[in-house]
Amino acid sequence: MKSLEELKAIRERMQGQVGLRSEDETQTRVVVGMATCGIASGARPVLNALSEIVQTKGLSNVAVTQTGCIGLCQYEPIVEVMEPGKEKVTYVKMTAEKAAEVVEQHLIGGTVVAKYTLNSIE
Amino acid sequence: MYRSHVLVCGGTGCTSSGSEEIIRVLKDELDKNGLTSEVSVVKTGCHGLCALGPIMIVYPEAVFYSMVETKDVPEIVSEHLLKGRVVSRLVYDETVSSEGEIKSLADTNFYKKQHRIALRNCGVINPENIEEYIGTRGYEALGKVVTEMTPDDVIKCILDSGLRGRGGGGFPTGRKWQLAKDLVKGGQKYVCCNADEGDPGAFMDRSILEGDPHALIEAMAIAGYAIGANQGYVYVRAEYPIAVERLQIAINQAKEYGLLGENIFGSGFSFDLGIRLGAGAFVCGEETALMTSIEGNRGEPRPRPPFPAEKGLFGKPTVLNNVETYANIPQIILNGPEWFSAMGTEKSKGTKVFALGGKIKNTGLVEIPMGTTLREVVEEIGGGIPNGKKFKAAQTGGPSGGCIPAEYFDIEMDYDNLIAIGSMMGSGGLIVMDEDNCMVDIAKFFLEFTVDESCGKCTPCRIGTKRLYEILDKITKGNGTLEDIDKLEELCYFIKENSLCGLGQTAPNPVLSTLKFFRDEYVAHVVDKKCPAGVCKDLLRYTIDPDKCKGCTMCARVCPNNAISGAVKTPHVIDTDKCVKCGACMEKCKFGAISKC
Amino acid sequence: MDYINIKINGLDVSAPKGSTILEAARLANIDIPTLCFLKEINEIGACRMCVVEVKGARSLCAACVYPINEGMEVFTNTPKVIAARKKNLQLLLSNHDRKCLSCVRSGNCELQKLCKDYKIEEEGLYDGERTPSEIDYSAAHMYRDNSKCILCRRCVAVCEKVQGVGVIGANERGFKTFIGSAFEMDLADTSCVSCGQCIAVCPTGALSEKDNTDEVLAAINNPEKYVVVQTAPAVRAALGEAFGLPIGTNVEGKMIAALRRIGFDKVFDTNFAADLTIMEEANEFLDRVKNGGKLPLITSCSPGWVKYCEHYFPDMTDNLSSCKSPQQMFGAITKTYFAEKMGIDPKNIVCVSVMPCTAKKFEIGRDDQNAAGVADVDISITTRELSRLIDRMGINFLSLPDDEKFDDPLGRSTGAAVIFGATGGVMEAALRTAVETLTGETLDNVDFEAVRGVQGIKEASFDVAGMTVKVAVASGLKNANELLTKVKNGEAEYHFIEIMGCPGGCVNGGGQPQQPASVRNFTDLRAERAKALYSIDAANPIRKSHENPDIKKLYDEYLGAPGSHKAHELLHTTYVKRSIN
Repeated sequence: MKSLEELKAIRERMQGQVGLRSEDETQTRVVVGMATCGIASGARPVLNALSEIVQTKGLSNVAVTQTGCIGLCQYEPIVEVMEPGKEKVTYVKMTAEKAAEVVEQHLIGGTVVAKYTLNSIE
Repeated sequence: MYRSHVLVCGGTGCTSSGSEEIIRVLKDELDKNGLTSEVSVVKTGCHGLCALGPIMIVYPEAVFYSMVETKDVPEIVSEHLLKGRVVSRLVYDETVSSEGEIKSLADTNFYKKQHRIALRNCGVINPENIEEYIGTRGYEALGKVVTEMTPDDVIKCILDSGLRGRGGGGFPTGRKWQLAKDLVKGGQKYVCCNADEGDPGAFMDRSILEGDPHALIEAMAIAGYAIGANQGYVYVRAEYPIAVERLQIAINQAKEYGLLGENIFGSGFSFDLGIRLGAGAFVCGEETALMTSIEGNRGEPRPRPPFPAEKGLFGKPTVLNNVETYANIPQIILNGPEWFSAMGTEKSKGTKVFALGGKIKNTGLVEIPMGTTLREVVEEIGGGIPNGKKFKAAQTGGPSGGCIPAEYFDIEMDYDNLIAIGSMMGSGGLIVMDEDNCMVDIAKFFLEFTVDESCGKCTPCRIGTKRLYEILDKITKGNGTLEDIDKLEELCYFIKENSLCGLGQTAPNPVLSTLKFFRDEYVAHVVDKKCPAGVCKDLLRYTIDPDKCKGCTMCARVCPNNAISGAVKTPHVIDTDKCVKCGACMEKCKFGAISKC
Repeated sequence: MDYINIKINGLDVSAPKGSTILEAARLANIDIPTLCFLKEINEIGACRMCVVEVKGARSLCAACVYPINEGMEVFTNTPKVIAARKKNLQLLLSNHDRKCLSCVRSGNCELQKLCKDYKIEEEGLYDGERTPSEIDYSAAHMYRDNSKCILCRRCVAVCEKVQGVGVIGANERGFKTFIGSAFEMDLADTSCVSCGQCIAVCPTGALSEKDNTDEVLAAINNPEKYVVVQTAPAVRAALGEAFGLPIGTNVEGKMIAALRRIGFDKVFDTNFAADLTIMEEANEFLDRVKNGGKLPLITSCSPGWVKYCEHYFPDMTDNLSSCKSPQQMFGAITKTYFAEKMGIDPKNIVCVSVMPCTAKKFEIGRDDQNAAGVADVDISITTRELSRLIDRMGINFLSLPDDEKFDDPLGRSTGAAVIFGATGGVMEAALRTAVETLTGETLDNVDFEAVRGVQGIKEASFDVAGMTVKVAVASGLKNANELLTKVKNGEAEYHFIEIMGCPGGCVNGGGQPQQPASVRNFTDLRAERAKALYSIDAANPIRKSHENPDIKKLYDEYLGAPGSHKAHELLHTTYVKRSIN
């Protein structure tokens, strides 16, 4: 390594990854239902896509985690976004592509992607 | 890119409780479940809760599994990592709320009051991967120092931060650097790190070396830049094999990345680092003895002055700090001296790592702001004293320190407050004692250590500590007199005043401090020939209360020396001459008929 | 020189910058007691006897190593200081064998003196366990009794730093610490060269030469035996110290008188053999120069040096002169020439030597040192043993006459011989003879000042008969090592080298009377004692070995010429190669 720029490049590349291990109270939690029902209906690619995009974009205040059965098996794969101080948003029948949109618009842009939410179906 | 990181502690504590094998099984299971590309396994340094090892933390949920066994691993993988269902039976109970909800480790009593600077990366990053360190802003401070700051700027920053040596003496670190820079202008100088952690029970330096070795490397390079040294040595005890291995890996990686070696960040500053192994003599933690040992001689202290800042290693100006001190440096540079000096007390800034041990629930490593009270440490962070026993005293500073009695339970622990009551911070060992500890016995324990570890160079320490031990032994055996207590005290002051190095000068502290706060216990030993805590065997007598004894014969059967006699269903008697005071009878008696006094 | 002003016990003292409190106090005529301190050799601040109070200091300071600063205020005798020193002594005594009555050092033990000065009445106050120890009697020349050792480490320092031998050091640690060889080897199995410098600096009775005085008395009391004594040059320059005379007093006459009163049959002089050594060694040198022999030629008078060479420079033993040392030449001549002259069976002659040296005790047992088929020398005692023998025999040394003379025919010597006892003396004596032999002319001035003096290494060159003779002189084995390493590496070239095992030569030998550190640290024993020898030389009308009439007679009557076959048989020897342990 010859320069500070190179150090910075490594840092930025690593920060998202190591950031996964932070335990910040102010974090936004993105939870993917990963019970048998969820996995069967394709939750894994959704989880992986979310995790990857969040880290690539360096969203250090977002934690992508998984959980068990949320209880709405017919709507799986389900993704819940919990922002501190805000109402929980539940996205249903997710795919990797839809997940990317959620990251772009909701997590980065701050606008809920209404068309995928549980509310839009009900 | 991984969605989940599983951190397994690879510190010495968890390694000895089997974490290596857990990592192997974990990797196998992830492979079987096709999760290898999604879940990353990270071997980290110590988390501090060594009593709960092996420890596993799953991120991003931050679920803290304790005492994990290899047979638990498949379940963790298939339930938690695959299906997202936390295996609650393995979760550390402190992280489970009364409603059964899992809370963050950071919310537990053990961690809540901690403020981790020196330990910030321990248990969080993979110490064998330099990029993870860089990912937590590693080497940014070094970059800043060599490209933007003058040596005087660096020294001023450290001076302003108020950082004091964490190895025992508490000398202002910036002042030390300044002397090494200015006393002798130019020429060969050295930067040394004291990683010869020798206080019984203290292992914070080991944890940092194992968990965050690059922090040390970065700090030593910064020190080198500040004083004008291009060579450093880390003196590590050979009994720390994992620490040595990780440090060596880290040094190699730092060299590979150009963060050690020639012309760092193109600044023209060069710095190299070598490891020197110590054979584990306690005295080699004394700075001049340490340097004598690095030079290849018998590790014995030399007279000061000249101080190392003027004539140190190989007769050249040398800065010597311990691991914990160095671990603070990059953070001070990055966050500024004000950030650091905002923590702590008036004259003791920042945090201090303590190794909790003795009669306390949570044994392990904690990093707390200076000035935290002993009560907070014992009752909140440490989880209190087990078995409902009463707090009697805490010993700080290891064999060089003294004890803090219950009347000082609310003392704000910092350098000066501890010195003022006759103890010292030392390297941060904190041993909690309850009513079952005999203070004379404790003093004897520490003196036994000092007698063993004295280098034998100067008369007061070589012969004096031995005589102290002998007098204490005499007292605990019930052969002491009141004159012996005076003789003991007088000899203590002589040794303190006359010894060549810090080891001897502080060796009498455990005696003086117990004499100060628990003189009545000494008097009980010599006048009443009684050990109030019931520890000193020679002063104990086991007796059977004939009114309570049912003659069940249990005690007689368990006695290893046939000291108990009596017919069935009639009260038994203990033959005091034959009794070896093992206490087995008392433990067995169902009727509470046996007592010791 | 920069001076620093301080106050000691309220007195203003001005001392050179860099001085210690101990040195500054000395300037104010204040003595501070020491045990471990030896200037430039053992500055370790370990014994803590010299503690003093320094205003503003946290604890007491060791005066021996504590540098002075401008304005410093020092108190050397406060009640606190006195109490500390007392306690220190009591602690030392608690781990010390206190059989002072019969101790070899009783009367000149530094610990004993301090205990008396500080009125230590409760010797046993801190009695407890003692560090276990066994006496090491293995070596030929000395023993170590660690039950009397106070761990001042002067012996360790002198062995390593002055002699470069380093066969002793601290073993174990803490209360178990003891001085010994590595891996607890017997001293005899190490590459100890027997120089005895460790004994010379020992403050107590822990180190001592093996005492052979009983054997001397037994021989004297045996009517069958004809007991001859020889005295080395340096003995007369130091023996007086044992009887309270000033350092550097020449007591040759009293010494002869004392030896006669002890009952020796003949009182001879090793100086005679020193002259003989010059005849043989000068001849050997000229022979090697003329016939392309091994150069540089290195002297072999000092058995400590010879053993050192065998251990540490085994590939240079061919450079050693094949001449026996004067002690051994003397024994050889006594048991051949003298025995024949007197008609005594050499088996019934007991040859005793009095030496400033402990290595001589080792030398008498070497192979190839038995000209008459029996040992050349039977018993070698040190100057110290002689002083004790004189006391035991009830001889009032100080009132003995000064004018008694050595016996004939082995008692006459030249000025060249007596300077053997000082570093450079052998070289000077050899030059006096070699130059005259090479040039065939008489020297105007026999004083070769360039090779005199106490410096560790001296070099000189002389133009002699068209040839430049380059010589070097070293004393103290660390200096010898430095010199020979240069020679070995081709960095220096000489024709002739004199090496003496002890710093300053035999006057400062390991068998000389012990002077306490309080004297050693402020007086150069080497220079003071050497002065005595140079004045004996200057006063002697004959100052060249080849002019000693008794030597001439010896060659005429018995040996033939220097380097003759007979001379070789009797006066020359061989060496062995040893390893470093």
